Amino acid sequence: MNAHTHDAGVGPDRAGRRNFLVELLALACGGLATLAPIGAGLWAFLDPLRRTGARAAFLRVTELSAIPDDGVPRQFAVIAERNDAWTGFAAEPVGAVYLRRTRGSTAVEALSATCPHAGCFVEIESAGKCFRCPCHNSEFTLEGAIVAPSPSPRPMDALECRVAQSGEVEVKWEKFRAGVAEKVVQ
Amino acid sequence: MKPPKSPGDGARKGLVGRLADFLDDRTGYRAVVHEALYERVPGGARWRYVWGSTLVFAFMTQVITGLFLWASYSASAQTAWESVYYIQHEMAGGWLLRGIHHFMAQAMVVLLALHLLQVVIDGAYRAPREVNFWLGLVLMMLVLGMALTGYLLPWDQKGYWATIVATNLAGIVPVVGPSIQQLVIGGTEYGHHTLTRFFALHAGFLPGALILMLVVHLALFRKHGLHARQPITKPDAMFWPDQVLKDAVAMLAVMAVVLGVILVPALRAMLAGEAVHTGHLGAELGAPADPSLPYAAARPEWYFLFLFQFLKVFEGWGATGEFLGAIVVPGLIMGVMFLMPIIGNWRLGHRFNVAFTLGIVAGAGLLTALALNEDYYALWVDKASLADARKLYDDTGGDEKKLAAVLGNDRAKIAAVEKQWKTLEKVRHSQAFLDAAKQARLDAARAIELAGRPERIPPAGMLELVRADAKSQGPRLFAQHCASCHAHVDPRAPGAVEILAKSSAANLFEFGKASWMRGLLDAQEVAGPAYFGNTAHREGDMVNFVKNDLADADQWKRDDIEAVIVAMTAEAGLADPGVQQAVLEKGRDLVADGERCGGCHKLGDNGTEPGSAPDLTGWGSREWLVGIITDPTHARFYGESNDRMPSFGKAAEGAAPMLSPQQIGLLADWLRGNWYRP
Repeated sequence: MNAHTHDAGVGPDRAGRRNFLVELLALACGGLATLAPIGAGLWAFLDPLRRTGARAAFLRVTELSAIPDDGVPRQFAVIAERNDAWTGFAAEPVGAVYLRRTRGSTAVEALSATCPHAGCFVEIESAGKCFRCPCHNSEFTLEGAIVAPSPSPRPMDALECRVAQSGEVEVKWEKFRAGVAEKVVQ
Repeated sequence: MKPPKSPGDGARKGLVGRLADFLDDRTGYRAVVHEALYERVPGGARWRYVWGSTLVFAFMTQVITGLFLWASYSASAQTAWESVYYIQHEMAGGWLLRGIHHFMAQAMVVLLALHLLQVVIDGAYRAPREVNFWLGLVLMMLVLGMALTGYLLPWDQKGYWATIVATNLAGIVPVVGPSIQQLVIGGTEYGHHTLTRFFALHAGFLPGALILMLVVHLALFRKHGLHARQPITKPDAMFWPDQVLKDAVAMLAVMAVVLGVILVPALRAMLAGEAVHTGHLGAELGAPADPSLPYAAARPEWYFLFLFQFLKVFEGWGATGEFLGAIVVPGLIMGVMFLMPIIGNWRLGHRFNVAFTLGIVAGAGLLTALALNEDYYALWVDKASLADARKLYDDTGGDEKKLAAVLGNDRAKIAAVEKQWKTLEKVRHSQAFLDAAKQARLDAARAIELAGRPERIPPAGMLELVRADAKSQGPRLFAQHCASCHAHVDPRAPGAVEILAKSSAANLFEFGKASWMRGLLDAQEVAGPAYFGNTAHREGDMVNFVKNDLADADQWKRDDIEAVIVAMTAEAGLADPGVQQAVLEKGRDLVADGERCGGCHKLGDNGTEPGSAPDLTGWGSREWLVGIITDPTHARFYGESNDRMPSFGKAAEGAAPMLSPQQIGLLADWLRGNWYRP
């Protein structure tokens, strides 16, 4: 090892209480000093937790005449302004919805294209008979109901939809939490 | 030294003890910890040994804060300033995080100097520690490199211009200079790759190299042991806990100073009862970098000011001077420092080394003080005492012969005045810097104000917003294109009289508002320098009208004139909100009246043809202002009686117009006070 033999008052065996105090003080000072950068870092790092998303709003999507009343859902882009941290984006596509009208009805049903399972974009199967999600093969009827067996915990999310006097179709653009049985706003 | 306990010693162990034994058996950690903690400190723990540890602590702090900043920073020319603004002003605790990072960097420079001084003075560079000393010098360069690369990352004016200078200096290194420069800035121009490269250097390459070198530096330090300061009077101590305690106290002190610098302004504001905006605490953020505008406040960060000042010694030596001052001399100094372990072997080598190091530190300090003195000189000089000298300068134009004539060849007096002229010159330079620094602060505040709009920053970045901001661009455009004739000054402000006397067109301060209109319709003012006095129309019809007709109380009552003022501000869209509709209409009728203003001026469809006086329809509105700036010679405005105002928006054959529509719009908005207010 080493040849240090005359070590009076040195090393881990010296006077217990004084040693302990010095050790404690050293740890305390060092700990306190390190607390500041870690604390400040974590404080800023946790900032996203205090941010709530934009309040859901009704957005004009299309006109009634653009939706054929044959009961087949059709995909429409949702155009909205959005903020991303420091940037404000002018109106641009932010997502899509499926709008459906049954024969003779002026009411429109809106379904979110976001799969309630893990958030992928649900497509209409080529034959047009049902929805299918390409990520994990969740299948839904054209009304959005689950076709068992399905990995999806709940049916496709219906969105509030209203038709104005002028024929403008407005949809309440909202996102819901994926992977849970209850339909909860994100 | 007792060897570490082996399993089975002493009484029956608890769970923790057995867990520790298991870990030690598998990893051997106890030996490592022992080796790390129980290093002998000959002569006892001392305060002078703390600087190395404080540097390690400072670096750790920078890594921690740097990592958290990295999680929020975006290194592109469109998002760098914007993301830093967001961290500083909108993220919870972002101001504190950034503040610690900024000021700890500055603390590191001070700690570097202290550590270097201690090592040299105590002769800790001598055999067998030469290699470790060299590593230390390399570490110092790495730290300074990190300071330099970090300064650019916010992509604000001060960081941008300071780095432009630095990279240009790198370019004058012989042979490889231009290539180094292009590699560092990622091309021939500053742009996307400058930021990505500087960020990679700052967050990747340099800290990586630093950690590697630091590990070797510490390993070598441990190998050779601490070089104690002679004479040894106290008994030896252990690194843990004695030296560690002193190190920890020093680390805490450094942290306290850094936090103090950040928080003391807040405390002072709170005690004074002022509002504290956390976004304004800690590190400054300048206006977004704009390569197209002059930035007279360009300075490196304070710890490079000595280099900045040093280069001034070589002013007038041309390219050779720059090469000598920026490359050769600093290179030689670094060379001597690297040779110090060798020099230390000579007879008086150690004394030379200590003297040299102290000299360098003192010299750098002196140069820094000189740089600060030059910049802030105007604040410390009693300007009143120079008033006579200034007047003499104005009268003689600085000509020595003329001065001699005025002072009657009195040598003593001439010498005294010339000395004062030199002082005046220094005051002028300093004032130019101070004015530029003040403008830079105003620009920064405005940019931050704009960034906080509810609409946020456009995807193209902050610069687009600043360039479309009438409040920022108006004064600049006005100074460049209009101020040679027009004044824009509050007539009640000190010095306004002198400014107005020099103008040759109307004062446009508060144009469109009641105050401006009232002055125009005032017989004492209309032919004065603020209106027609310095123009070709000083004895024209309008002046006569105001002096004679308007002054006639039978024709024009006070109420009538007030109504006209109200009506005209309404035309401009700048009427007071509380204005009465009845008064407005009365005023409008008076103006439109063919027996009164309407005799010359068109207003709406009052039947007067434009030609003998400007059309007052929409007078002072944005559209009207844009029209008159674009072409004052148009029949709608002054037509052929236009004095000397150029048509800024009309292209003279083949050439482009002097001002673009966007620029004219900005001027119109600025003149009308139409800009974003939070």
